[in-house]
Amino acid sequence: MASVTLRNVRKTYPGGIEAIKGIDLHVGDGQFCVLVGPSGCGKSTLLRMVAGLETVTSGEVDIGGRVVNTIEPADRDIAMVFQNYALYPHMTVYNNMAYGLRNRGMPKPEIDTRVREAAEILEIGPMLERKPRQLSGGQRQRVAMGRAIVRQPKVFLFDEPLSNLDAKLRIAMRVEIRRLQRRLATTAIYVTHDQLEAMTLADILVVMNRGEVEQIGNPLEVYERPATTFVASFIGAPPMNLTSLSPVEAASRGLEGGAILGVRPEDLTLAADTEIPAGGAGYDLTVEAIERVGAETFVYGARTGTQDAGPVSNNPGELPPGQIIVRLPGQAAPAVGSMIRAVAPAAKLHLFSADGRRRFSP
Amino acid sequence: MVEREGIRRYVAHAILWIGIAIVAFPVYLAFVASTQDNAAIANGQMSLLPGAHFLETYYRTVFVGTAGTTREPVGMMMLNSLVMAMSIALGKIAISILSAYAIVFFRFPLRMTMFWIIFVTLMLPVEVRIYPTYKIAADLNLLDSYSGLALPLIASATATLLFRQFFMTVPDELLEASRIDGAGPFRFFKDTLLPLSRTNMAALFVILFIYGWNQYLWPLLITTRDDMQTIQVGIRKMITTSDALTEWPIVMATAILAMLPPVAVVILMQRLFVRGLVETEK
Repeated sequence: MASVTLRNVRKTYPGGIEAIKGIDLHVGDGQFCVLVGPSGCGKSTLLRMVAGLETVTSGEVDIGGRVVNTIEPADRDIAMVFQNYALYPHMTVYNNMAYGLRNRGMPKPEIDTRVREAAEILEIGPMLERKPRQLSGGQRQRVAMGRAIVRQPKVFLFDEPLSNLDAKLRIAMRVEIRRLQRRLATTAIYVTHDQLEAMTLADILVVMNRGEVEQIGNPLEVYERPATTFVASFIGAPPMNLTSLSPVEAASRGLEGGAILGVRPEDLTLAADTEIPAGGAGYDLTVEAIERVGAETFVYGARTGTQDAGPVSNNPGELPPGQIIVRLPGQAAPAVGSMIRAVAPAAKLHLFSADGRRRFSP
Repeated sequence: MVEREGIRRYVAHAILWIGIAIVAFPVYLAFVASTQDNAAIANGQMSLLPGAHFLETYYRTVFVGTAGTTREPVGMMMLNSLVMAMSIALGKIAISILSAYAIVFFRFPLRMTMFWIIFVTLMLPVEVRIYPTYKIAADLNLLDSYSGLALPLIASATATLLFRQFFMTVPDELLEASRIDGAGPFRFFKDTLLPLSRTNMAALFVILFIYGWNQYLWPLLITTRDDMQTIQVGIRKMITTSDALTEWPIVMATAILAMLPPVAVVILMQRLFVRGLVETEK
């Protein structure tokens, strides 16, 4: 059991490319920390630095009160689950799990106990004598987890462990990973690009972009109060609607210069009249498409008169300019091509600075 | 597979049989000749059916040898050839798997330079560098020795390149998982890389064994003693007799015997050999 602390950690590759630009992070004992971000944001690099597979250019990586910058991966007391599982193809499931323990010189009976225990937890007992190629994707995933569990490490590191599984299995394994981590009460750091995985697994959610941390917090807090427009577009599906406010509009809300206004799709309602709630926001939309997914319906609307507008803040995951998504409960929806007005109350608005880097709303 | 009907199928089969006959007939003829009386062959009255001298000829070939030219039983030559072919095959595999391991998995100064130096040796087979190689072997007192027969042929780039290509397809995560599992460079090589290379090694062994077994020019140069000559050199010597009749039954028996080890190696290793060339098991 241990906490993980990163102090101003940086990574510069030879050639001057800065992959990690100074990150501070504290993951408490037994907490589940998820690093999320678009591909190339440095989240995997950061995880590999904690694992010891990448060198740390500057700053400190601290596991359980011990700075491990120069310590070999095997001696850091961590276990890692890889995206492609990285099972040894020529070894049986049993040996895959026992290999690391043998290399440590652990006595045979203890290895056997640990492997069988892990196999029972993960329900792979009957497969211990098989080779990895005889297993399905989900079973391989379990073996990879088993290899991590038998080590009884201080920290679990997961590098997109579910991205090779099909959607249904992914959800099942997600629940299982969470349950397992609770049960073993081991600190975990988990990398994913899937914001749904991130939201459901995390105690602490770290949203990363271009080698920097955009926001750290518990998942719901991050969802409800995104610190930047990047977080606003990245967390939540469909993403938050963002529109630029002119200096005049911004001034009416007491802000200098321009600003960006954000509204979550579920906070918008259809209004019959043209009235906008006091301090709230309203959009006149032409309905372009309807998506019915059963319990809810997404209405894709184009704002009238904004066809030439550029992107609001150039973030990955952001909606095309001028498009607004409204999420309606149930299956009732306006006809495609009709004009509607969507409004949101003042309390549901998110105001950001014009560059999207600062949040004004409380 | 395309199903062929009627006449086309028979034509296809006929062509195959003709092909087999063309390839197999000389071998059959050699076998028949090895069981005949030498006088019958010399007279040009050789029958196309096996004769009565099978046991006698093969016994003489293996344990006695020809009367005049080679002065050594073919059994001895086969042993020499076997030692040479095995040393070349095993030595090459050992050296090239280690050098490929160093080149692919380690970062050291002049790594690529080393790789290219190894690569360039591809353009310098023994035939091209035969004089300097002979000089070096002679200076090192390697003439008429097994080391002299095998060592100069062990150093070559083909096997290193093959292992390098294979190692580069091994996923990085496997190495990283090993590092986390506490396996150092040697353990990773022994526990992961070697077992994964099994089929590649088998395929290489077959190719290199046959390569070593069929060497002619180098053994001819490097050996002068009768008890060091290899079977390929021996056959040639048996045929050229200046003042006596060539002992054709023994020559043919030797040729048949010379064929057997490579055939045995191919048959024994066939399964692994094919897998090594077509399949990448990861």
